[in-house]
Parts: sequence; C-alpha cells; structure tokens
Amino acid sequence: MSDRLLGIQDLSVSFATPEGPARAVDRVSFALNRGETLGVVGESGCGKSVTSLSILGLIPSPPGMIDSGRILFEDRNLLELSPEDLRRIRGRDISMIFQEPMTSLNPVLPIGRQVAEPLRVHRGLSNAQAMAQAVEWLKRVKIPAAHRRIDDYPHQLSGGMRQRVMIAMAMVCRPKLLIADEPTTALDVTIQAQILSLMVGLKEEMGMSLLLITHNLGVVAQMASRVAVMYAGQVVEEASVADLFDRPFHPYTQGLLRSMPRLEERSAGRARRLTEIPGIVPAITETLIGCKFTARCPHAFDRCREKAPGLFGIRPGQQARCWLKEFPERRRADA
Amino acid sequence: MPEAPLLHAVDLVKHFPQGGGILAKPTAWVKAVSGVSFAVHRGESFGLVGESGCGKTTIGRMLLRLTEPTSGRIEFDGQDILGLNRKEFGRLRRRMQIIFQDPYSSLDPRMTVEQIITEPLLAGRRPPRAELRKTAETLLDKVGLRGTDLDKYPHEFSGGQRQRIGIARALCVRPEMIVADEPVSALDVSIQAQVINLLQDLQQEFGLSYIFISHDLSVVKHICHRVSVMYLGSIVELAPTEVFIRSPRHPYTKGLIAAVPLPDPHRKAAPFAMEGDVPSPIDPPPGCPFHPRCRYAFDRCRMEKPSLATATEGHLVACWLNEGRGLS
Repeated sequence: MSDRLLGIQDLSVSFATPEGPARAVDRVSFALNRGETLGVVGESGCGKSVTSLSILGLIPSPPGMIDSGRILFEDRNLLELSPEDLRRIRGRDISMIFQEPMTSLNPVLPIGRQVAEPLRVHRGLSNAQAMAQAVEWLKRVKIPAAHRRIDDYPHQLSGGMRQRVMIAMAMVCRPKLLIADEPTTALDVTIQAQILSLMVGLKEEMGMSLLLITHNLGVVAQMASRVAVMYAGQVVEEASVADLFDRPFHPYTQGLLRSMPRLEERSAGRARRLTEIPGIVPAITETLIGCKFTARCPHAFDRCREKAPGLFGIRPGQQARCWLKEFPERRRADA
Repeated sequence: MPEAPLLHAVDLVKHFPQGGGILAKPTAWVKAVSGVSFAVHRGESFGLVGESGCGKTTIGRMLLRLTEPTSGRIEFDGQDILGLNRKEFGRLRRRMQIIFQDPYSSLDPRMTVEQIITEPLLAGRRPPRAELRKTAETLLDKVGLRGTDLDKYPHEFSGGQRQRIGIARALCVRPEMIVADEPVSALDVSIQAQVINLLQDLQQEFGLSYIFISHDLSVVKHICHRVSVMYLGSIVELAPTEVFIRSPRHPYTKGLIAAVPLPDPHRKAAPFAMEGDVPSPIDPPPGCPFHPRCRYAFDRCRMEKPSLATATEGHLVACWLNEGRGLS
C-alpha cells in the first residue's frame, strides 16, 4: 500500500457566468499522504472550496464544469467513476464537514437518525444497530447526555453542538479522508478550540488524513503538517508548515503573514502599522497573461506581466509559483 | 486630574422581551446587558470583546440610542443623552456615528456612493449640491477611494471598498466618537489590514474616539488602548491592552486568550481546558455568570455575583478570586 492517499493533478474547474466562463480553479495539483493533515489556505474566491467540492463530485453542473485534471484516491480517478461508485466512496471512505452546520444538517430529522444514516447506507446495519453506534459516536464527540439528545432536532442545539453532530456523522464510517471546509469559522473562539482539539484527537486515533480548508492562518499553524496557499485559483506556494511560516517564498504568502495583527507579539501592538497587500483580488472572469499576483506584488517586473510562472522548487518540500526563484536579484529589499 | 471622559456609561441594562404579543405579556426576558459601566476618553480606542450573545453589540447600539436601554445612564461630553428629546438628541447624534460589520447589507443598494456618504448632512439645513459633492469627494479621498467612484452603486465595489464607503459616511458629519461594530470581521486578511490602517490613520487625523466591538482578540489588541471583556451581559475584566494580554486575571479572559490559535507552528496550543457552552441569557446562572464553566468556582461564585473591583491601577476584574485570594 502506497503512502499516497489523494493526488490532485492539474485540476481546472470553471463556471459559466453571464460574462463568459470563469476559471475558479486553474491547474491545481497537490497530494495528501495517509495520516497527514494538509492545510489549504487562501482568501474568499481563491478556489479552495471549489477544489474540495470537486473531490467529492459536488460541483453543480451546470454552471460548473471540470475542464481537466485527475483526482486520484487510492489510485482510482474519482472524476471517471460512475455516480454509484462515487456515492459508495462518499461518506464511507471520504467524508466532508462544512462551515455552517445548520445548512448541512437536515432540519426536520432528529440528529440521531442523521448520524446513523451513513451506517445503514454504507455498512448495511439495522436501524437499532446503527442507532446504538450513533449514540456511541455522539458520546465520543462529547455531546452531553447523548442518549437523551438523539431525538433532538438541529435547531435545538448550539452552533458548537451542531458542528459536533456533523463531525460524528462524518466519522461513523471511519473514513480514510476527512475534508473540513472552514469547520470552525462560524464558531466562537472557545468553541473553535474545543472542536479543533476534538478533530486532532479523532484524527490521531483513527489514523485518517485531513484536508483542512481555511482562511485562518492560526488554525493552519496549529493543525497542519503541510500547507498549500491558493491565490486566484492557483496554488502559489506549498511547503511544510514550519517552512511556510519561517521561510515563506511567495510575495503573497509573505504579505499574508505580515498583514495579520498578532496577539503574541511582545511589542506594543498599537505602534506598528500593519503591512498591507495593496489592491484587491482579480475577478475570476479577468484574463491575465502573466502572474495573477502582479498587480499587488511589490517585486513585480516585466517578466511577471508577460509570462505566468510555473511552480519552482525552493527547497525540498517547498515550491512557489514565482519568477523570483529564477531572478532573485529582482526581489526588492525594501518591500 | 485627567480630562473628563467623552463618554460615560453607567449601569446600563437591557432586557429584551421574548414571546408575548400586543396584549399578552412577554413570556421571558433576554437579559442581554446586565449593569455595564465604563468611560471612554477623547482620542481613545476602547475595545468591547466577547463571544456571540455576550451583549457587546447591544451596548454599541444603546450608546447611539438605536436601542433604548431598560435602565442606566449614558453621558456624552457631560450631557445625559437618555434625558434628551428627539430634536436635542438629533443634534448631538452628529457627534457620534456607527460603522457596521456587514458591508453588504449596511449600504442602500439603490443609492449612489455620493448619496450614501452625504445622507447624514441632509438632516437639518440642506447644503448646496455643489458643496455636497465637494464634501463627498474629499471624504472618498480620505478613505482611499477615487472621486470617479461617486456616481457608482454599492454592488460595483468589493467588501473592503464598501467598508471604506461606510467609514466615509460615518466621517461626513465630523463625529468625535465612532462605534465600530466588527468593522473588519467580514473582510479577508489582506483587506482587513488595509481597513485597520485606515481606521488608525483617521483616528490620528481627527482625534476620534472608537468604541471597537469585536470577537477577534488580535485585531482588538492591535487597535485598542483599553479592552473590556464581556461575558453573558457583564464586563468581567477591563484593563489597558498590554495588561490584558500579558496578565489577564479573570479565568474567562485567560481561557479566551488561550483559545486563540496562534499563527506560529512552533508554539502549539496547550490542550484546551474551557469546557461547555455559554449559558442562555434568558435564564442566566445565579452568582457569577461564568461559574458553570469555571474550574476555580467555589461556593460564593454560585451564589453572589462579583462586581468589578480594582486589581491594579486601571485594571478591573469581576471575580471572587481577586478578593485577596489571588489566582493560582
């Protein structure tokens, strides 16, 4: 059995819009090993969610379309599977949790039945067996008095409790891969900490892989072993979590890290001005010839406007989509 | 003798009715804010932090009388604003403005940017059109937008740009105080930094006071001179920002700070200790509002609510552990 669990290769996804096709994901490649946590970070519209939805075949079509690429899960290309085959994998081998648990839970079904459902569908358990396991799982995700709460409806639970139910539902079939798309973004910070520590515990216990999609660099630093940074539909940098935070190469990654106000900084926070990334993200309908970050990049030079850079190796395990690798003398010391 | 505060809130209380109808009595009361007092000085940024439902937004709204307090007193520049009639308050209201969280829902989609920004000026004597346009242009320039944007509509702008428009609107009447309710929470990190810098520049230029309401401790730490932490309708700790970050005393504040995931892979968070959820504000626990989640809670905490008491100069804590027992 190889170490590689998931491999995304040259994935491109576009959406039909009144202004013509918009490429939301542009030749994205990354891989995830067994037991590993890969963080995918980026700002709104960078394509991180579309990438994750593609893995499970959840891109609505139309308007969405997978233009090219392969998604290899245990050496099978998910993009070529029949809907039935994909359904067998979804919820059993690969599960997903979303940002807003209220929109992913069925509001008219008691939570116990929802947690039990994957067990009946994928494992063929009887109602009673499935329900017994559902109660066990609700206990494991620390729902207080789980056996009494199985008849509760989602609206009777707090946001944190709903996210626990979602996690239980995602975990019951012991998936090999959990995709978590902004799992704690809608939660308060103390509840976020509870959910993250729950996810870490379950992941270690079950040996599953985690694809964590988030805009929060703090969450990534605490959870991920490797990180892919996305910008305007592309992976612009990929590195181990330590390299990414200690030695970011891409000007966008550097800008993101510098623009964050930091709680842990010792200096009087107010004195320091935050470093801005000027401008805004280009619209995905815009056709840009060169590097998509050019307009906001402090180091941009002719080459960046003329030709899109490929991914260059920076050091073992670190790659960046930036011409500065080839032309290091162009990096401005003052920026 | 320090300068008199610009704003002084004394024992603010807000209970919202639940259920009931036109004739029927409410079936319950949501105790959103229960006895909150603080003062804000000229040119100061005062932070109100806490998690959803702690009452921070309700306080912001009460300061501008967008929500009428159930009881309490609010003084602005020495004047008791709750005692003012509509007209008198209208005049005073120009001196205090508000910026909202969601730049998508707080701007009227049918108005042009010029109309949005200058609307506050139309109350009372109406300035000539040319003057309005000039004012709007100057304001747009101040917040980093272009004069050519004046005739555009909100949907033509990104979230960060819309927030700039909201800030320009608030600045239009030359206020002395701005209540900023989660002004950067809906924005992406790179855009958030732009808006934070803008808010700080404007404060310098106009000597503004900010009541900065946020759940994001890193942002509050960056912007505010003093911070108050709210839990279930009460301030549990109030301190200068550095003291708040370096030596918090209330167990809730400590938990809150420890819960923030640090963007540093070499400093992994300690296993997290604060269990449970925030209780319902309809039926808050007796005694200290935090005692059901507090690992230091003892008998007195369950029976008697601690009030804010001075721990060190300028550092107030509402915790019985502070009463000569000291935190371990």
